[in-house]
Amino acid sequence: MSLILLAVIVLGVLGLVSALVLFYASHRFAVHEDPRIGQVAAVLPQANCGGCGYPGCSGFAAACVKAADQGSLEGKLCPVGGQAVMEQVADIVGLSVAASAPKVAVVRCNGSCENRPRIAEFDGMHTCRVQQMLGSGETACQYGCLGCGDCVAACQFGAISMNPETGLPEVDEDKCTACGACAKACPRGVIEIRLKGPKGRRMVVLCNNKDKGAVANKVCKTACIGCGKCVKTCDKFQAITLENNLAYIDAEKCKLCRKCEEACPKGAIHAFNFPPRKPAAPAAPAAEAATGAATQQTNNEQPA
Amino acid sequence: MKTFRIGGVHPEENKLTADKPIRDAMLPKQAVFSMFQHIGAPAKPVVKKGDKVKVGTLLAEAGGFVSAPVHSSVSGTVNKVDSVLDASGTRRAAIYVDVEGDEWEESIDRSGKLVRLSDRPDLDSKTIVEKIKNAGIVGMGGATFPCHVKLTPPPGCKAECVIINAVECEPYLTADHRLMLEHPDEILVGVSLIMKAVNVERGYIGIENNKPDAIRLMTEKARKDYPQIEVVPLQMKYPQGGEKQLIDAVIGRQVPAPPAIPIHVGAVVQNVGTAFAIYEAVMLNKPLVDRIITVTGKTVSNPGNLRARLGTSMQQLMDECGGLPADAGKIISGGPMMGKTLMSLEVPMTKGSSGLLIMDMKEARRAEPQPCIRCGKCVRACAMGLEPYLLATLSAHAEWERAEQEDIVSCIECGCCQFSCPSKRPLADNIRSGKQKVMGIIRSRAAQAKKQ
Repeated sequence: MSLILLAVIVLGVLGLVSALVLFYASHRFAVHEDPRIGQVAAVLPQANCGGCGYPGCSGFAAACVKAADQGSLEGKLCPVGGQAVMEQVADIVGLSVAASAPKVAVVRCNGSCENRPRIAEFDGMHTCRVQQMLGSGETACQYGCLGCGDCVAACQFGAISMNPETGLPEVDEDKCTACGACAKACPRGVIEIRLKGPKGRRMVVLCNNKDKGAVANKVCKTACIGCGKCVKTCDKFQAITLENNLAYIDAEKCKLCRKCEEACPKGAIHAFNFPPRKPAAPAAPAAEAATGAATQQTNNEQPA
Repeated sequence: MKTFRIGGVHPEENKLTADKPIRDAMLPKQAVFSMFQHIGAPAKPVVKKGDKVKVGTLLAEAGGFVSAPVHSSVSGTVNKVDSVLDASGTRRAAIYVDVEGDEWEESIDRSGKLVRLSDRPDLDSKTIVEKIKNAGIVGMGGATFPCHVKLTPPPGCKAECVIINAVECEPYLTADHRLMLEHPDEILVGVSLIMKAVNVERGYIGIENNKPDAIRLMTEKARKDYPQIEVVPLQMKYPQGGEKQLIDAVIGRQVPAPPAIPIHVGAVVQNVGTAFAIYEAVMLNKPLVDRIITVTGKTVSNPGNLRARLGTSMQQLMDECGGLPADAGKIISGGPMMGKTLMSLEVPMTKGSSGLLIMDMKEARRAEPQPCIRCGKCVRACAMGLEPYLLATLSAHAEWERAEQEDIVSCIECGCCQFSCPSKRPLADNIRSGKQKVMGIIRSRAAQAKKQ
């Protein structure tokens, strides 16, 4: 009996000593973390996508608390959680956030298999990165989509997929969180994160070709040839600029009047998420070409 | 017989044109001169539309120290200063010249008489390097590194010997072989010019032993007039023609990992075609305006070694050799191991165009890659002692930090790994892409450090 008692006492003392050591250690080596960081992290989506520009959701939480202590949450946005989450974060740190306009990924290329003929077959690794590096892809356009789907592989939300008929990626605007992973993955910078626009409507030049007009014209049916008609048409709002033989529409200045779409002789400008046009009586050839090309984009058929 | 110690593979030689003497290609109707014919800053045009030029007239000056000027290889009128889709697959700046006649600049010696070093006691090291620079000479093996830069050792480095690369280890290519058989005297003068330029007493000419006639001829000539130049026969193994492999085989020294370069072990390596061009530049005042290009392929009807003017389109060279074969699969500028596939034959010939190779569909088509079976053949084959299976995986998964640690920048892109892989995995493609990315990261890191 005394042996059992001895064993119990010895173990009990060892346990007590260990407990005291641990108690001391937990206080001596405690890491003090601002409790707000944990609170902010709890309301974040936990996708760890990096879309905010910080290493994971915990990194973003720490950055938000740090920014809050400096007075403002300006520039901090979780694209996945969006406005709703940022408002919760603001609540926790005791600030308020200005409403930020939602954004979406846009593939600025309409060089489908039909519009942009293949001139060679790339018999190597089918990734955009390698094709861009070892050659200029399978078409004569050095700026357009390479069609191997590095963007599809980069998306963590399943919001972008390859259309096998056109050979171009398509963005599912409901799933897209504008985190920017696809834009970073594209070696040619074809994908742009743009303002989604009121009711998801926006005007975009679907071309990335910076070659002179005559050259661009030869490589793709819907290439921007840098003629500048759209720039002239938008003299009222001055939303379009021409640089390096390529037109660009400033989303903040654009008033969605669609005049540029009609003016473009190549059908390079597209209207996203507008209701289908009522058939006009004598339609101008440019407008016909534009709507003809535009129906290739499935987004256009969605009701506003 | 000497050889390099690490790795190597044995592709089929296919030297179909080894016994075809050099023949002059026809003058083109229009010559297109790329501003990107060398490593370094692009050349800057100094002519404009309408200017009249002769063979040897300066078209564009060097864009910096590591750069080279471009001279006209034809006489005629400048049509435009525009851009062209060149061998890189991208559209880049070029000068178009419409050809009229064949008038050469008066300063160029066209007599055909051999000029020896002893005939020109006025030439010193500085003058030789200056003439090489002004003639626009770049590495003719295909690397196109500006020659005068290599012949100007950085401070603290001293050249101990010159090694001439007459190996031509790429299958199919025979330009250097024919050059040695037909112009051995000029080559030897060129070699002694290089030796004088870097002030060394010893020169070596490395030749693979699949060219016994060239070895015999060059050894005979060197023994007679050039006791300080030794011809070194080398075992046939790809990539013996790689700079670092050549240095290892000939003088037994291994160049450390980048940023070290051959001059750090005292070696100056130049291609034998470059030595010939240096002879013409220094002794005949002839800038770099033409080169030997091997047009070859198993289905080409009239393959050969053509002396063609720079700026001639590959289409024309193809037509002179029987035209593009019906079942052509790939058109390669260079050799099958390290050459670049062309998307079109309307690409102009440049200083580095050593070959035009046509492969039929069967030869060109790649097999479907299978999973890696961890056999280690790639490691055994790698001529730089790297681990290709690992570097390829790291590149595919974008692990740049680890790739840098595993020395991806030492890769010479020879293709031995991809050649030896039984699963036909695209190892070299992956590693090349990763190496470019890592070199970009290193460059931007250095640029950032400089700013601070």
